[in-house]
Amino acid sequence: MSGWNAQNDARAERIAAAGRYAAGKVVAPDVLVDFLHCVIRPGDRVCIEGDNQKQADALAAALAAVDPARVRDLHMVQSGIILPEHLDVFDKGIARRLDYSFSGPQSGRIARLLAAGKIELGAIHTYLELLARYVIDLTPQVALIAAVSADRQGNLYTGPNTESTPTIVEATSFKGGLVVAQVAQVVERVPRVDIPGDQVHFLVETGKPFHVEPLFTRDPAAITETQVLIAMMVIKGLYMPYGVRRLNHGIGFNTAAIELLLPTYGGQLGLKGRICTHWALNPHPTLIPAIEAGWVEQIHCFGSEVGMEDYVAARPDVFFTGPDGSLRSNRTLCQTAGLYACDMFIGSTLQIDLQGHSSTVTPSRIAGFGGAPNMGSDPHGRRHASDAWLEAGAQADPATPAPMRRGRKLVVQIGETFGERNQPLFVERLEAVELAERLGLKLAPIMVYADDVTHVVTEEGIANLLLCRGADEREQALRGIAGYTGLGRQRDPKMVEGLRQRGIILRPEDLGIDPLDADRSLLAARSMKDLVLASGGLYRPPGRFRNW
Amino acid sequence: MTAAGRIPAERLSWYEATARQRLGALVDPGTFVEIIGPEERETSPHLGIFDLPAQFDDGMIVGRAAIGGRAILIAAQEGRFMGGAFGEVHGAKLTGLLRAARMSRRDVVVLFDTGGVRLQEANAGELAIAEIIRALVGARSVGAQVIGLIGGRAGCYGGGGVIAGCCSTLIASEHGRIGVSGPDVIETNMGVEEFDARDRALIWRTMGGKHRYLIGGADLFVDDRPAAFREATLAALGRGGSLGLDTLVAEQARLERRLARFSDETDAIEVWAALGIGNAEAIPELATREFLLAAAGHRESADEAR
Amino acid sequence: MERMAYRLTAPHPAGGTRRQAIVGVVASGNLEVLVERALPPDVCSVEVATSVRGFGPVWEAVVADFVARRAAGGLRIAINDSGARPDTVTLRLAQAVRLICAEEP
Repeated sequence: MSGWNAQNDARAERIAAAGRYAAGKVVAPDVLVDFLHCVIRPGDRVCIEGDNQKQADALAAALAAVDPARVRDLHMVQSGIILPEHLDVFDKGIARRLDYSFSGPQSGRIARLLAAGKIELGAIHTYLELLARYVIDLTPQVALIAAVSADRQGNLYTGPNTESTPTIVEATSFKGGLVVAQVAQVVERVPRVDIPGDQVHFLVETGKPFHVEPLFTRDPAAITETQVLIAMMVIKGLYMPYGVRRLNHGIGFNTAAIELLLPTYGGQLGLKGRICTHWALNPHPTLIPAIEAGWVEQIHCFGSEVGMEDYVAARPDVFFTGPDGSLRSNRTLCQTAGLYACDMFIGSTLQIDLQGHSSTVTPSRIAGFGGAPNMGSDPHGRRHASDAWLEAGAQADPATPAPMRRGRKLVVQIGETFGERNQPLFVERLEAVELAERLGLKLAPIMVYADDVTHVVTEEGIANLLLCRGADEREQALRGIAGYTGLGRQRDPKMVEGLRQRGIILRPEDLGIDPLDADRSLLAARSMKDLVLASGGLYRPPGRFRNW
Repeated sequence: MTAAGRIPAERLSWYEATARQRLGALVDPGTFVEIIGPEERETSPHLGIFDLPAQFDDGMIVGRAAIGGRAILIAAQEGRFMGGAFGEVHGAKLTGLLRAARMSRRDVVVLFDTGGVRLQEANAGELAIAEIIRALVGARSVGAQVIGLIGGRAGCYGGGGVIAGCCSTLIASEHGRIGVSGPDVIETNMGVEEFDARDRALIWRTMGGKHRYLIGGADLFVDDRPAAFREATLAALGRGGSLGLDTLVAEQARLERRLARFSDETDAIEVWAALGIGNAEAIPELATREFLLAAAGHRESADEAR
Repeated sequence: MERMAYRLTAPHPAGGTRRQAIVGVVASGNLEVLVERALPPDVCSVEVATSVRGFGPVWEAVVADFVARRAAGGLRIAINDSGARPDTVTLRLAQAVRLICAEEP
């Protein structure tokens, strides 16, 4: 009967249909495809846990192996397009429509599939945005998730890489949806209960751990002198004067250099305890020296990082850990924290235009957004004040009386003037605009909008956009730090000098920094081995980083 | 004239340093006099054909210096230029240095950092390897020591590995690797089952400084610091000895014994266990001091044979 | 390979007495800079050999700024470049001048 219980009834029917493939909740891997034929119906909205780190890889492979005659026209809602199977389902006609967030590893192929019309794109979202829509208009009917282990009742242990799973399960399970979890093992007793069993309908025991992408590991050996110089400017020219205690670092070598300069250069400046004390951050190995030197009070993590598990478990005063001793991450909460509880975001980008919009998109590669636009945006809903926030707000809008003047989150874009393959960072027109035209997108995929950006930092200096009045000043401030790129060489030298007098552009010399002093000896760790030693042997880097 | 970087020698990583920085930190300050220096612009006559940039010293620095007051000849390869590989000029500079060593009976210190021979200069490079070995043996046969230092990014592979095998003493750090065929070549030719070149832990177990030290392929094991290399070099310079037929016979016997002893083992960890080292799996993670303690009394030595 | 040569008037002569200095390595994204004290004190010459074509205007601007800002008079500068970015070039030039001006032991 329909009435008001159609969704729960439909779920019960699917569970019954799948009954012959399951013993209790447990489905054997060799009948996985047949099982999926029973629990997924054509046109379903399906979430495959494609997070940006952990992947439900066994379930993804099985989904890509279903019979398109029986399971087709699916609407995929997932955070990450990471594995080849995530796109195979579109190639094979199993899936038709897509809403997602991040596609870094598949950025080339997804661009080709979109251009060829094989994917009907709903939208590219930020992580938090998509997770939010899971409870409003993109609720999954079936969620295929990844956990470390489960007991027979379906209680799940998701461990350090808990990431977005609790949110996915809550949105699905409490709205008539069906949750299938792949686990390495079904055990008597899970080390801790991350997801209660009555939210989970089926388990698949794969016998091996789910796939995890090591995204946040950067080898200190690859950090250049230029990146050290930029990091020095950021610490002295931004963290120090604004007194930034609560922050998020995007991934990249520039931020890795900042992390490694805190105990050394930051220490020389007397900043310990005054900056970088509270973090929304994945467990970056490059933060180990600062943590060991006592700089960090607390870190909340979006996810984990391969090789960092033992180190994190040994530092429960800093990280969030469960009764089993290991990390508990939560992407949804950490993204929210990065939005509302942090005073600064700093991250790299590929292109910036003369207004200050930035993007990582090129016509042949679509990496999506991930979390950066949330981290890199000014949340108007914030109400609590901090010194950094109020100071930034005052710089942006000195005219408004203080009690009526909201603060501003510091949103910093950082990078060398010439990036990979000597491509200039500063461009007249973002390739994202060209991509939007080609694919008929309503919005160009902008990572950080100009009205959110507060500062841009290159090796030539810091441009404070909060202090700029008018588009011309903004443009010249950006040209003034654009180095020897075409846009930089076309600067108005007089105007740029004027901006420098007003402190809108700060050169290294203005901060008392000699580029010749920016050498790698300032890094608290200069190699992966150094990081391992700094962690007392607790950090175990992935094999690809070994040279011993 | 040297160009030691601003990093004080104590904090310099040998692995990370340039050839000039290593050389500058190794020798007594102010004693290095370069021969055929960059200002002479003796560059490769071949690289331009391939649209590749040259380096003024062709990646090989040679000259005279003193270590601990003792006059030596010294050569250093720049591992980051063309992978430290041998080319015509690069090789000729080392050949000339070794011939000078024979004439002057001076000891030679060679800072290896090479992947072998440059593909672009293959014939000249291979000839150079042969001439270098001949000159090296010539120097040793009159009693000059030829001491090899290995701890750089490129390791010591190909023809460089063969040259190293002819040295009187080899000093290696854990980052250093010594071999002839490189990991990728082995995998391509023998299959990934035989050798997975992506398994970096395997690469270092098989060819790295610690393993070489344990099986007599390196004589001294040091930290990744110029001071450590210097101390070991001073010790090596004091050893004396010359190369003769009896040395070769002894080395042949040692290698035959070694092959017989370990022929059943398929991984370095098994070799180390067979050497009598307890907890062999932990060797790669041990710091220098602990490693040397674990090795003592168990490692194979080539001392009688070098 | 692209080769460029610049000869500029240098406002400040290089200090010190060393006859030459060299910094850098010809590795991908890097360059070597050889500096010789070989010219009249108000002249600086820079010869560039680079494996990356098409950046002539950038080299010209970098060299001009360098000669204007650093005491480079009297120096003959020779560069072998393997695709270094302008900021790395500027840094190496400054390192080379600092080295040649350094006191002799």
